[in-house]
Amino acid sequence: MATVAPATPSTPKERDWTKPQAMAIPKEGYFKLQDGRYGPVYPRTPACYGFTLIAKIKPGREDAIRAYGKTIEKAIADLPEALATLKLHYLRWVLFDIGKDTYFMYQGIFDTDFDKYTEDAVALFTKLGVNTTFENLEGFPEDWKTNVPAFVKFVREHQCPSFLEYGEYPFVTADEIKKALKLKAAFADMLDLMQ
Amino acid sequence: MSALQQSHRISRDPTKQSDQSASLDLDDIQHFLMSRPPARAARYEFLAFKTGSEGRAWLTGLIDKVGTASVVGSSLLDARWVTVGFTWNGLQMLGVDDASLATFPEEFRQGMAARAGVLGTTGANHPDHWVGGLASPNLHAIVVLFARDVAERERCRQEHANYLKQRDGVKLLSALDLEAIPPFDYAHEHFGYRDRLSQPVIEGTGVEPTPGSGPPIKPGEFFLGYPDEEGPAAGLPQPETLSRNGSYVAYLRMEEHVGAFRDFLRAHGETPEQQELIAAKLMGRWRSGAPLVLAPDKDDPKLGADSQRNNDFNYAKMDPHGYGCPLGAHIRRMNPRDTAVNMNRRKMIRRGGTYGPPLPEGVPDDGTERGIAAFVGCASLVRQFEFAMNVWANDPNFHELGNERDPIFGTQDGTFDMTIPKRPIRKKIKGLPAFTTIRAGAYFFLPGIRALRYLASLSDGL
Repeated sequence: MATVAPATPSTPKERDWTKPQAMAIPKEGYFKLQDGRYGPVYPRTPACYGFTLIAKIKPGREDAIRAYGKTIEKAIADLPEALATLKLHYLRWVLFDIGKDTYFMYQGIFDTDFDKYTEDAVALFTKLGVNTTFENLEGFPEDWKTNVPAFVKFVREHQCPSFLEYGEYPFVTADEIKKALKLKAAFADMLDLMQ
Repeated sequence: MSALQQSHRISRDPTKQSDQSASLDLDDIQHFLMSRPPARAARYEFLAFKTGSEGRAWLTGLIDKVGTASVVGSSLLDARWVTVGFTWNGLQMLGVDDASLATFPEEFRQGMAARAGVLGTTGANHPDHWVGGLASPNLHAIVVLFARDVAERERCRQEHANYLKQRDGVKLLSALDLEAIPPFDYAHEHFGYRDRLSQPVIEGTGVEPTPGSGPPIKPGEFFLGYPDEEGPAAGLPQPETLSRNGSYVAYLRMEEHVGAFRDFLRAHGETPEQQELIAAKLMGRWRSGAPLVLAPDKDDPKLGADSQRNNDFNYAKMDPHGYGCPLGAHIRRMNPRDTAVNMNRRKMIRRGGTYGPPLPEGVPDDGTERGIAAFVGCASLVRQFEFAMNVWANDPNFHELGNERDPIFGTQDGTFDMTIPKRPIRKKIKGLPAFTTIRAGAYFFLPGIRALRYLASLSDGL
């Protein structure tokens, strides 16, 4: 994240993974307005960077969106590293109704900045040749493959910032977790070899 | 970073040009990003127009002096090369209408000074401290003059000064003179690092990329109106006459604190060899140009000078942990090669040179400003230049480093570190000082020649 001043009350030196931490976030989604390339910078919280996008789906597109679940499942099974670029921890896709309308919620937790994530995602979807499920959402720019700023604008307009985030092991990145697990496995192997 | 061309010159063999080159309109594109003339001196003049008509009249008399990509570099007799660019305010002043102005990208409309938060130009680097009036909305145009030598630069300076005397409504806000620093047989900057080792090659120009530099990049990454790495050109500013064959350039005047840099090397290395190693770790290359990935322990000047070898390396396979080139070293940040994605969409063309007198070795800093005044050319400032500044140069968590910025080029205030991976235990330098300060900057649009004529033909109030 290209924060040019501390974006949150926590500086890296205070980030202690052994101490669970909660962070209440102002309504705007940030503590102090800092300009990112496409809009305000959202802070890194004890639950890392993230987004929660909520958008109304086009009528009759629910099945198409649900089918997308299988598409992504297969894409990742075939190519487990497909989304490595995005530095993700988790993604969640949810559909829910409000009255007669169906809404789509897309939630992600990741370790790069918001704008970089979005730019990388566009490039990735274009490269993999997969259409995005966003095409089933109202107001999504049809020219998203060639118009990255419009894609980013849509994402930012539908972002609902958290007002509270919690981390059991705050600020730890996915890479650090993987490194720790690798180290654990290596130690286990080493101990086996010493028997 | 970039320095003035000394004696080398990219030769373009027309017989080698691919089919794509036919579509590159070399008669219309300004030479600036396409060819690098053999200049040893330069002058940048920053201009303000009092009225649109005066600005247009000034431009009308200058268009024929602007070098095109087809002409520059084709004659050994050339002695000076002229480039013209405008800020968004400048385009407005020249009479571009509001509808057209609104089609330019947001970051260009705002201008570089307003993007300080995005770029990370804070603290001493903040536009409030910039010199030469570049953070002012009155900055409308730039003329870049590259000259074969200082005498030719001075002749041109006088000629343009005489021309401006006839144009009451065009004011010289400020100017910067640049000269290559000795020794002249290779490009380098004031800290002594060999420069210009890794530059993208534009597809269709017939230039062969040096080994390790990757394939040629689609022209649309640098010139508007051509296919880019994602496909056909899209979202161009209107009218097309104005945008086609144009480029954006980000200008940065970066002071180099040579005394502080040398003090730092002495403080962190007891012997000259150790000091050279520290200098190399900050940059990712020895000052000779030899990359640490290929020469991790000892300088190899022959390798540094060999363009067929000095860029032929990667990080993911050859130095994944940074034992040679630290993860946060300047060149590993500004060109992460195979450890980043979408690299072909982040390429930029650098131009520019050194200004100020060199500081001789062993002499304390004399307080004179010296540094690099360079341009970064691209088709999208937000995707290319601002990304590099925001994510690569100034992201404290780049490569999971946690509390580091680019050691040479990042905004440093003594609170960031530099990690040097080393077996068995890494070395961490705490509280890196600022070796550079951004003293000025601006975004310009470099129109094609037809677009310059279009601008000159506009009128007020349309």
